[in-house]
Amino acid sequence: MRIKKLFLVGLALQLSACASLGVQPWERDLLAKEEMSLSADAVDAGLDDHIYFSKEGTSGGRAFAGGGCGCN
Amino acid sequence: MQLSRKKNIAGALAAATCSLLGQPAMAQEAQGSSETPWQFDTALLYYGETDRVTAVEGVVGVSKDFGDEHIFSGKLVLDGLTGASATGAVPQPYAQTFTRPSGNGEYQIGAGETPLDDTFRDTRVQINGQWTQPIWNDYRISTGGQLSKEYDYLSVSVNGSLARDFNQRNTTVSAGLSYAFDSIDPEGGRPVGFSSMPLRGNYASDDSFRQAFDATRQDGSDSKNTLDLMLGLTQVINRRTIMQFNYGLSLVDGYMTDPFKMLSVVDDGGITSDLLYEQRPDSRVKHNFYWQTKYAMDNGVADVSYRFSTDDWDIHSHTLDSKLRFDLSDNTYIQPHFRYYQQSAAEFYRPYLMQGDALPDFASADYRIGEMTAYTLGLKYGILLKEGRELAFRLEYYQQDPKNAGFEAPGVLQDLDLYPSVKAVIAQVSYRF
Repeated sequence: MRIKKLFLVGLALQLSACASLGVQPWERDLLAKEEMSLSADAVDAGLDDHIYFSKEGTSGGRAFAGGGCGCN
Repeated sequence: MQLSRKKNIAGALAAATCSLLGQPAMAQEAQGSSETPWQFDTALLYYGETDRVTAVEGVVGVSKDFGDEHIFSGKLVLDGLTGASATGAVPQPYAQTFTRPSGNGEYQIGAGETPLDDTFRDTRVQINGQWTQPIWNDYRISTGGQLSKEYDYLSVSVNGSLARDFNQRNTTVSAGLSYAFDSIDPEGGRPVGFSSMPLRGNYASDDSFRQAFDATRQDGSDSKNTLDLMLGLTQVINRRTIMQFNYGLSLVDGYMTDPFKMLSVVDDGGITSDLLYEQRPDSRVKHNFYWQTKYAMDNGVADVSYRFSTDDWDIHSHTLDSKLRFDLSDNTYIQPHFRYYQQSAAEFYRPYLMQGDALPDFASADYRIGEMTAYTLGLKYGILLKEGRELAFRLEYYQQDPKNAGFEAPGVLQDLDLYPSVKAVIAQVSYRF
C-alpha cells in the first residue's frame, strides 16, 4: 500500500516535470547563446557531412541526405 | 535589451527556432527593423589520406537577417581532389596490371599491395541558397536549392519545409521535403555491369583492344533521383538543455553503381583469373533516426548526437558524435571532438567473387559499403574577436577500419591484407566576419 502511494507520488512528480518541460522567455539567457544554437558551426558540419558522405555507406540524419556522387 | 550591431545570424536562426533572448516578438517590432549586416563564414579545409586521396575545399557562406526573421543564407563551395582510390580488386602475391577507367593506358600495382587507381583528379563547384521566414503566427517556412557540378557529375536539388512552434516556442515541429536529380557521365563511359576488364596485353593491336574496351561501355549519361522526407521535433528541456529528434526517409532511384569500382574473380588458390566491373541495385530506401542534445555548462557547451541508419541494402549504422566546448577565457575556447561510426555490410558486398560460382544479381567490393568501424579525434581552437568576428583552427584524425564480414579467404588471400585501414588528417582554418 505504502509502495503504491510512493509510486503515485513519484508518478505525479514525473508528470508535473513533463508538463514543465521548457522555460519562460526570461530564462533563455543560456539557450540564446550562439554556441547553443542547433545550427552553430554550420560550415564545419557541412564540410564534415561531405567527407563522411564520400567515405561511408550512410549519410544524412542531421539534415537532408540529398544527392551527390561520393565516387572517390 | 540592446541588440548588438553584429548580431550573429546563427543566433538569429536559433532565435527563429527558440525565440530571441526572451524578448517577445512584439517588442522587436516596436523597435523597428531588426535587420542585420551581411555575415560571412569562410573556411579552408585540407583532407589528406595516407597514400590515397588529398582534397582541398574552400567555403564562403553568407547570411543576412532582413528583419523580422526573414533570413537568407547561401554558400559557395569549391574543392579540388587528387590521388588514389581503392578499386575493389584484391591484392595478389605478384604485380598486377589494370586498364585505366578511360581505356587510355594501364597502371601497375606491386605484389601484396592494395590496388589503387591513382587517376582521380576532380574539381567541384557547389552553390546553394536558402530562404526562411515566418508566415503565420507560429508557422515558419524555409525553401532553398543547391547545384553541384564536377567534371563528370551534376547534382541539382530543391527543398522546402514547414515548422510550427508550440508552448512559448519551447517545442518546434517541422516537416520537410527535398528532391535531388543527379546526372553522371564518367570519363570513358559507364561500364556494363559484370563485364570483364580487357587488358591491352591480351590483344594483338590497339584497335582490337579498343573494340573490346568499348564493348564493356554503355552509351550516354545516366541519372538518379533522390526524394527525402524529414520530420523534426525540437524541445527545450530546461534552461540549460535543448534536444532535437529527426526522422528521415530517403528514396533513391537510378544509377548508384560506382563506375570506377571492380571485383576480382579468384580461384580456390586465391589467384585472380578475371576482373569484373561492379553492379549495384538501382533503388534504395533509407531510414535515419537522429537525436541531438546540447547542454550549456557554466564554462562551455556539451553537444552529443546519435544517429541510427538502416536501409534495404542491409547497411545498418550507428554514429555517436560528441563535441565539448570549453571556454578558456572570455574570448577563446577549445573544443575536443570524438566521433565513432560503425556499419554493417550491404547484402551484395563481396570482397571478391569465386571462380565457377554463378554471378549474383548485384555485387560490389567497395569497402565503403562493407563492414567497418571508424573514429575521428579532433580539437578546435577558437578566438572570438571584436564585432562578432571569429577565427578558428581545427585539426582532426580520421581512421577507417574495414572488417571481414564473414568471408573465408581462399589460398594466397589468407596472407594478404584484404581490409587495410584508411588514415586521414583533416585541417581547417575558418574565419567569420
